Parts: sequence; C-alpha cells; structure tokens
Amino acid sequence: MLSVAERLEIEAEAAPAETKRSVASDALKIVQRHRGWVCDEALKDVAALLGLSPAELDSVATFYNGIYRRPVGRHVILLCDSVSCWIMGYNPLRERLESRLGIGLGQTTADGRFTLLPTACLGLCEQAPALMIDDNVHGDLTPEKLDQVLENYA
Amino acid sequence: MPLIERPLTQNIRPGQEPPDLRAYERAGGYEGLRKALTLDPKTVQDWVTRANVMGRGGAGFPAGHKWASVPMGPEAARPKYVVVNADEMEPGTMKDRLLMEGDPHQVIEGALVCAYAIQADVVYIFLRNEYKLSEQRLCKAIAEAYASNYAGPKVLGSPWSVELRLHTSAGRYMCGEKSGILNALEGKRAIPRAKPPRTAVSGLWGKPTVVNNVETLANVHHIIRHGWEWFRSLSHTEEGGTKLYGVSGPVNRPGVWEMPMGTTVREILEGCAGGMRPGHTFRGLLPGGASTPFLTEEHLDTRMDFASMHQIGSQLGTGTMIVMDDKTCPVGLLYGLETFFARESCGWCTPCREGLPWVARTLEAIEAGHGKPEDMEVLDSHVKFLSGHNTFCELAPGAMMPLKSALKAFRADFERHISEKRCPWRTG
Repeated sequence: MLSVAERLEIEAEAAPAETKRSVASDALKIVQRHRGWVCDEALKDVAALLGLSPAELDSVATFYNGIYRRPVGRHVILLCDSVSCWIMGYNPLRERLESRLGIGLGQTTADGRFTLLPTACLGLCEQAPALMIDDNVHGDLTPEKLDQVLENYA
Repeated sequence: MPLIERPLTQNIRPGQEPPDLRAYERAGGYEGLRKALTLDPKTVQDWVTRANVMGRGGAGFPAGHKWASVPMGPEAARPKYVVVNADEMEPGTMKDRLLMEGDPHQVIEGALVCAYAIQADVVYIFLRNEYKLSEQRLCKAIAEAYASNYAGPKVLGSPWSVELRLHTSAGRYMCGEKSGILNALEGKRAIPRAKPPRTAVSGLWGKPTVVNNVETLANVHHIIRHGWEWFRSLSHTEEGGTKLYGVSGPVNRPGVWEMPMGTTVREILEGCAGGMRPGHTFRGLLPGGASTPFLTEEHLDTRMDFASMHQIGSQLGTGTMIVMDDKTCPVGLLYGLETFFARESCGWCTPCREGLPWVARTLEAIEAGHGKPEDMEVLDSHVKFLSGHNTFCELAPGAMMPLKSALKAFRADFERHISEKRCPWRTG
C-alpha cells in the first residue's frame, strides 16, 4: 500500500499535468524517494492511481536507468563510463571500487552500504574521471582520492 | 553601449552563484523578451531565420526554419509546446550544464522568446536526472520569472499567456532524441517516433511542438535585443553567433569556452585548452561528442562549424571535443564507446538492438587479443548496415561515426591487436 504521503505527492504531481500517465516516472521517483526502490506492490498501486496496467507501468519503470526495481544500498555510486573518463582513468577507478567494495557493476555490498552502477556521461568531462554518489558529484579522481571520498558515506 | 562579443557567457562566473532575477535584469536581462512582445511573432521567427542559428544539440538544423514550420493563426491546433532539450547526455559534452548552472534566466528567457514566436501555451524544460545543481537553480529562476510575470497569464500585460514547467528525467540517453523526448514527457518509454509527421506539426500529444537545445535557445533573445546583423557578425562563417566549445582529455586546461562560430580546431585545442599535457602526444579527437567521426592532425586547421566539419567528412555535433593521446588504445576506447551505445539502445528497431551488442563483443574480443582477421569484416559490415537510413533514429548511425573513422585512421592498431593476439597498450 502506498503511504498517505506518497499518495498525496503523486496526486499533487498529476493534478496540473496534461494526462495522468505523463507523471509516470515522477510518481515512481516519489515512491523511490520514500522507500529507496520500487517494489512490485508499490508499482501496482501507482499503476492503479494513474489508470495504467501494472505491466504498462513496469515497461516504463524498467526503461529508465534512474528507477530501481531492486533494493539498492544506502548510497548509490554512479560511475561515469563516458569516453572522456575512459581516457582519463575510468579503468583504474573501477578496479579500485570493485576491489575495495568487493562488488561488480550492478551489485550491492553485503552490508547494504553501497550500490555500484554504470552511468552515461555525467557532463563532468573537464573533471574526468568522475562519479556521482547520491546527489553529489566528485571529479578529478584518482584511486587514492576515491578512498577519501568513500569515507564520507557511512 | 558597446555591443557584446560573448553574449552567452557574459554573466557566468564559474564557482559563484548565478545572477538572480534582479542582477540578470541589471545586465539587460529580459529586454529581449520585452522587445519580442512588441513585435509580430512572425517577425521574431524571421529575425531568428536571418540570424542563421544552427541547432546546437548536434544536428545543426536552422532554428528559424523549425519555428517557421509551426502552424500559426486561429486555425492552428492548440495547445502548442516548446520543449527545451536539457537532457545533456552525449558523451564528452558539458556545455549546457555551464549555461543552466551559470545563468539559468538566460535559458528561460530564450525559451520564452521561442514560445512567443510560435505562440506556444506551455514550455517544458526536459532536464537530465543527474544535473542536480541545474535543477535547483532552474527551479529558483522559474519561480522568479513567474513572480515578475515573465511567465504565467498575460505576460507583461500582453494578450499572450504561457506556462513554464520543469521535468526532470528518470535517465536514459534516448530521451535526448528529438522524438524520444516527447514520448518521455508523455510518460512512455523514450522510443523514437516515425517521421513524418514533423514534430512542428504533430509533436507532444499530437500538437505543434518545437524541440530546441539549451544552447540554441540561449541565443535567441540576444538576437531580438541586438538584431540579426549583429548576431551574424559574431561568427567567422555564414552560421551566425558564437559557439560554446569544449575540450576534455589529456590537455593542459580542459574546459568550455565561448568563441566565434567557425574558430579552428587548433585555436580551441592549443589556444583555449593549452595543448597536450607534457608527455602526451596527440593522436586524434572526436570533435563534438561520441557520435562524431575522428579528426586527425591533418584536420586541425579546419573551422569548427557545421558546414566546414561536414566538408571534411566529420560533424560539429555538440562542439565539445574529446582528445585521444598516444597512451590510449584506440580499440579499447572504441570498445568502451560501443558498449555505451549498445546499453543505451532502446531496442525498438532490430539493426540497432542486435547490431550494437555484436559490435561491442567483437571489439571486446579484439582488445583482449582473441580477435580473428575476419572480425575486421564484421566491423566493416556493421558500419555499412547501421549507418544511413537502415535504423529508426540516429543512435546507431551516430554510434558508427567514431567506429567508421577509427577503422580508417587507426586500422593498423586494430590489425596489430589481431596479429599479435594482445593489446600493445597493456603492460605486463
């Protein structure tokens, strides 16, 4: 069941919109803000609220990189794999992340602290290599600087 | 008042807060919109056409022509829409972020002038999910614009009303595609649409829609304020205005600069970016994002405008170049690039959905030293069949641009991987 807060936020988003379905991704992002990810139950409830079938809404949910249909860790690392970062040291950064966290791309650490995901260019090319953790960007990284950055995310 | 030479970046101070509404107005902000409201919408379109503003999102379609194909008058279908394409996801591109973070009101004013010119009812700014600072600053600027009636009902006492809305994406490269962005706004998967009909006639919810890039729109209120002749005079070529050029890779000063349209590759690479870092030798560059063909040493004195780049068989794209040095393996770089394109393919049409993963796997094998001589034919045939008009949109043809040019410029490197059964750039 959606919480009262989730339902109110989704309805507020949908009220001025041209069609209810046009807020599909916004509604999923609202659920995700509250729960960290979008579970099957919540997806069904959002679909009913927007007048869509669950399958139709899931086709939208699974299309977008920023909608998580599986649980994620407390912090999500988006590792930029664009060509500029690739030239400037994406591979050493990725290797350090994978060995330090003991996970590969698309996985979550056993303690639930970090999820590591690839992302399309973050538009931080002048600071390559770069990544994003939650809402924060970090550029001009080296494997050593990365260690310090990770310390800030408990 | 002397006329400005760098209109787009005049208010931008990197590392500082952007100008708020009052500061923007003090610098002459919203004068372009005020003047536009005194002109007939068709006149505004006409000035933008005469200014010859080529679309800065990568395709280079003249903005004025796009606007002029929108149905006008009382018979035209309503509501009409403007979509600001702020889904900056082209690899190697960071120019629109500079504009939105550095001077958000400029982007809004440009979008409003466009909206007035086509008599649009709603403006959507479609912003990529990861641009959190842009989101925050645009939200504040939109609220200020409403509070001073630059947006909303009866703008500045005129008969024209307009809504201004910010949509933050849930993230996918395809959302930047000119019709995929419309499906995304409608709450659907961002797959491309069949053309015709043209978006200008049947776009968002089947209504007339103009989709323009952030940088394109950031120019238009300057054209109305200072005139199209002034705008044309800013450029070194027939294509009007200045251009935001960027450089990333192993150069001394990576960054973004506003320069006259048609500045040469060398002036940007050596003058603005300070040339290669010590110990790094130039091998090639992608002139305007990942979907553009490689340039090499012989091309460095070419002008960076759409026509000049086209003449040498490349493309201006977004104008943000990515530099490759001698320490970077071209096969590995291409493998990384094509893996990106394969991942971001929306799967709607077969050549792209099936072809790109095949290309990526082939490059992976060659890079790892498992390539066979016939793999070069596999790559060549994909270049042939994924380019041109065999796919629904420009994603796969764009993905073939760097590959086709690399197979020509760096073919010996590919062949060496295959004959030596290893990557010559890997040590140990």
